[in-house]
Amino acid sequence: MFKKLAASVVAAVMLSTSAFAAGAPGGHVENVDFSFDGPFGSYDQNQLQRGLQIYTEICAACHGLKFVPIRTLGYEGGPELPEAQVRAYAEFYEVFDPELDDFRAATPADHFPASNLENAPDLSLMAKARAGFHGPYGLGINQLMNGIGGAEYIAALLQGYTGEEKEEAGVVLYENTIMPGGWIAMAPPLWGDDLEFADGHATDLHHLAEDVSAFLMWTAEPKLIARKQAGFVGVVFLTILSVLLYLTNKRIWAPVKARYKKK
Amino acid sequence: MGGIPHDHYEPKAKWEKGLAKRLPIVGLMYDTLMIPTPKNLNWMWIWGIVLTFCLALQIITGIVLAMHYTPHVDNAFASVEHIMRNVNGGAMLRYLHMNGASLFFVAVYAHIFRGLYYGSYKAPREITWVIGMLIYLLMMGTAFMGYVLPWGQMSFWGATVITGLFGAIPFVGDALQTWLLGGPAVDNATLNRFFSLHYLLPFVIAGLVILHIWAFHTTGNNNPTGVEVRRGSKEEAEKDTLPFWPYFVIKDLFALAVILAVFFAIVGYMPNYLGHPDNYIEANALATPAHIVPEWYFLPFYAILRAFTPDVWIVMFASWISGGIIDAAFFGVVAMFGAILVLALAPWLDTSSVRSARYRPMLKWWFWLLVIDFFVLMWVGSRPAEEPYNTISLIASTYWFVYFLVILPLLGVIEKPDAQPATIEEDFAAHVGGKDAGAAPSAQPAE
Repeated sequence: MFKKLAASVVAAVMLSTSAFAAGAPGGHVENVDFSFDGPFGSYDQNQLQRGLQIYTEICAACHGLKFVPIRTLGYEGGPELPEAQVRAYAEFYEVFDPELDDFRAATPADHFPASNLENAPDLSLMAKARAGFHGPYGLGINQLMNGIGGAEYIAALLQGYTGEEKEEAGVVLYENTIMPGGWIAMAPPLWGDDLEFADGHATDLHHLAEDVSAFLMWTAEPKLIARKQAGFVGVVFLTILSVLLYLTNKRIWAPVKARYKKK
Repeated sequence: MGGIPHDHYEPKAKWEKGLAKRLPIVGLMYDTLMIPTPKNLNWMWIWGIVLTFCLALQIITGIVLAMHYTPHVDNAFASVEHIMRNVNGGAMLRYLHMNGASLFFVAVYAHIFRGLYYGSYKAPREITWVIGMLIYLLMMGTAFMGYVLPWGQMSFWGATVITGLFGAIPFVGDALQTWLLGGPAVDNATLNRFFSLHYLLPFVIAGLVILHIWAFHTTGNNNPTGVEVRRGSKEEAEKDTLPFWPYFVIKDLFALAVILAVFFAIVGYMPNYLGHPDNYIEANALATPAHIVPEWYFLPFYAILRAFTPDVWIVMFASWISGGIIDAAFFGVVAMFGAILVLALAPWLDTSSVRSARYRPMLKWWFWLLVIDFFVLMWVGSRPAEEPYNTISLIASTYWFVYFLVILPLLGVIEKPDAQPATIEEDFAAHVGGKDAGAAPSAQPAE
């Protein structure tokens, strides 16, 4: 009877909790088959580098990544830029140095700058601050299969513009099917063919949206690969330990139980 | 320790005798570890070890996290990101701590409902039960304050809503809330004191855990039959019990390993599943989130808090009779704390002389309804405050109180219990040898 209870505790916790974890629902977000999905998924280095380029050339005009140290661009599991490139990349940015009391070129030790526009949210953690999946019926069970869907949410939002505009209190709002409430202050940032990749990769809207979303997943969760590896090692180790303890337990109790077994 | 006759530690070597005369610590450890434990404990008796593990896990990971965390409104959020990005193993530590809280509450709820089903709260174990309830209360306080520390949106707004509960108390509420917060609103003073208390309370919990264990080592464990261990002689007691080591230590460790495998899968593959995305947005006093919801383990009581809206007759009646002093907000606060109070009073509300629901044909059904009710409350607590959720939470909250205040006292009078086994040994023999195994082989010498 209590095995049932234990099972239902786990199941119900999973159900009821994700219900609120799902957050405020917007439009329907499609699952994207990202390379970092699944127990063994990892970031696609080339995709992250393309995403970095999109971020740098387009998003960074307004948005910031203030929690992300530039040096991590060269770290394992990320875009893995060579050291010289990381240093060269850092020099694109100017940061304020309180010691110099002046601006200077950034170094890899600095963080990405914060947002330029006051109303543009920082993107460092955006992929963890939004949930793409809420269903079915707002229960969030599909997050068990597809993940929370932050990257999918960003990709869908970037492709979710209808082309409608309206002006409200002096602010132009753009209709977006994914944004909760249906209207967003951000003008459509990507149209397709906004830039060119050195490797000649496709630059249609769909691909650009996914590439930059993957990059933002990395900025939000740079230790994702290490985390999954640790999880895998932990699960395997504990499974083996469970089997050993199960056998030990059986062995210890066998003589006690034998006394009561029917002859 | 304990009223069950058993072998005690005998110091043998000269140094052992010398130590025992001066500090009987080996004897204490021996008696604690070798305590006679009912043979027939089932798998619901493993949660104690899981809970002990959780406390240790939270304290150890927490102490290391505190080395890198900054309790200041300007730096708290960034220092958590520093832990996630720059501290060696920091992301893992933080995810373990975050999800460790959830494991802690899964275990404590299973542990509490185990106690409710098998009547573990009944005499002579009332003190164990009440200490357990104090631990549970402190756990809730600790978890709540811990959730504020990352200084995300849900941290800030959760703290605002929950401390606002104290503001609902008539006359002294506002002053009390200001005193708790260290100012007119949730701010740096609040964050600092929450950090201080979040570090302190786990050690208070650890102290209470020692009392909890001491208390039930004195009365002996309850067991699935609720029948007491025979204490006439050591031989008799040994037919009903086995020493905790190794029989139950290994059994419990096996269960712990299985549970931890699931736990590691969650930490490794979906560490944010149980959290709220909004907490990855830095706290902003000017932007209220669309829905403010607490962590899952508070949801049942959050639902009870919100269930008593101003249009419920009992709230209107309370307001009328108190001349308006008791409003819906205060009524909700009383209901929420009352829901935990009735749980703590279970030993005195239950009038039945039979402990285990196994032999209580009516209670069984009401108990399972209470379990379902708990999950309904948890679900409805996560929903926005609108119909039909308001009605559902009112019905579910009412049942919570009805179970403790009506059903437990009443069933003791009207219920006709089933026959209980005469001894624990009989139950164990029936379980091991099949249902028709009959009487215990009492002719065989106990080892």
